[in-house]
Amino acid sequence: MKTPIYFDYSATTPVDKRVATKMCDCLTIEGNFGNPASSSHEFGWKAEDAVDEARKNVAELINANPKEIVFTSGATESDNLAIKGIAHFYHKRGKHIVTCKTEHKAVLDSCRQLEREGYEVTYLDPEDNGLIDLDKLKAALRDDTILVSIMHVNNEIGVIQDIKAIGEITRERKIMFHVDAAQSAGKVPIDMDELKVDLMSFSAHKIYGPKGIGALYVSRKPRVRLEAQMHGGGHERGMRSGTLATHQIVGMGEAFRLAKEEMAADNERIRMLRDRLLKGLDVIEETYINGDIDQRIPHNLNISFNYVEGESLIMALKELAVSSGSACTSASLEPSYVLRALGRNDELAHSSIRFSLGRYTTEEEIDFAIEKINDNIGKLRELSPLWEMFKDGIDISAIEWAAH
Amino acid sequence: MAYSEKVIDHYENPRNVGSMDKDETNIGTGMVGAPACGDVMRLQIKVSDDGVIEDAKFKTYGCGSAIASSSLLTEWVKGKTLDEAGMIKNTEIAAELELPPVKIHCSVLAEDAIKAAIEDYKSKK
Repeated sequence: MKTPIYFDYSATTPVDKRVATKMCDCLTIEGNFGNPASSSHEFGWKAEDAVDEARKNVAELINANPKEIVFTSGATESDNLAIKGIAHFYHKRGKHIVTCKTEHKAVLDSCRQLEREGYEVTYLDPEDNGLIDLDKLKAALRDDTILVSIMHVNNEIGVIQDIKAIGEITRERKIMFHVDAAQSAGKVPIDMDELKVDLMSFSAHKIYGPKGIGALYVSRKPRVRLEAQMHGGGHERGMRSGTLATHQIVGMGEAFRLAKEEMAADNERIRMLRDRLLKGLDVIEETYINGDIDQRIPHNLNISFNYVEGESLIMALKELAVSSGSACTSASLEPSYVLRALGRNDELAHSSIRFSLGRYTTEEEIDFAIEKINDNIGKLRELSPLWEMFKDGIDISAIEWAAH
Repeated sequence: MAYSEKVIDHYENPRNVGSMDKDETNIGTGMVGAPACGDVMRLQIKVSDDGVIEDAKFKTYGCGSAIASSSLLTEWVKGKTLDEAGMIKNTEIAAELELPPVKIHCSVLAEDAIKAAIEDYKSKK
């Protein structure tokens, strides 16, 4: 077993070797390096074939038509294109958008930008378990609502929103529905025939494909139109200009093809590992799971160890590559906005660690992690004045702390 | 973020961790920070009759830099008079531990902690 051990698959995944091999075939003079838009010679045709094949593979994972797939630079661009593109195209219908406080920053910041342009945005509060109450969503819809944007799987806590039910609500009212599926594709079955979703964002690098490539699903039936963000040669049916990056697209296609083939087996194995991890950590006093444990992808475990600050724990766990919702990893002192939105108090938000498991996680790695965490929680709590106060029966929330 | 070797050393081998009886008249306790901000530092000093800090203990909830700042502080204040200890500046702690700009607040907290402990001791006299 090699350390550090990677438990941050929600941040990014390594490229699958089978994917890398295919990508390398699309780069050099010996390979398929042509411009897919070069329609006058074989180099272009060959590249176009490779892109078509990849587009088909991406579409097949979600049971969509390949013509509904627009390649972008990643899920961030897809989110921007969907939200701003819809808002700008349909602004005459209304200028109100509904989203949720726990969305990815690519969605939240796109909405903020639209607010600066005169749009109104409602940011829903999720329930304590991270899920959206559909009645609250319904109540937020107005006659001038043009778009609802809700993520499928949350990147920090892994909870799965009921996008099928949300789609029924929005379609009935002829409101566009965008879903950020960066964290769900390849982990949760997605069937566009069943879902009334108009736009869906995807990323390749979360499912063993390369970084720098993603896609936006844009529904054809009913037909969804949007204003392009990137202007130029009119690629991707005018929705996203720019020379198609054949090697990136081929990588994404292969990653999505493998995901379709291996998702069921991967999920079963990863669920077993996650449950093993949970069992090993649940014995520690004062631990709290963040987000619903059932409506959740098996890859994610987000857990707060009360009275231990997240960054110091991460420092202690130097053999484990995990991520923290804690403040100090960034320049700000704010703890995770996602955990705050769940109503977690600041201490628990500061004490959270996200473990995300993936294709290459092993049982041996899980057991090693359990041992390390148990040891270090004990050590850090010995150092923690809050733990001592808790053990002495002092109510920490009753103390008036001087904020700094 | 990469930590300096000194921060790692203090973090992995914290000096003077512990508690003293805060009700004793020769003990001064300073607790600064707030759980909501992700840092709470508790520094305790034991002061001799002639105003010299004989012993110091700390417990800290916070990041590695906060733990290192308080650990270093306990080393520095031991043997100093109250006046000398009260003159320790956060910039000296930050320089010794090579704290990056985003971690300067940890050293500020340590300076606040010794000042609060001295004040607590004096208020008991």
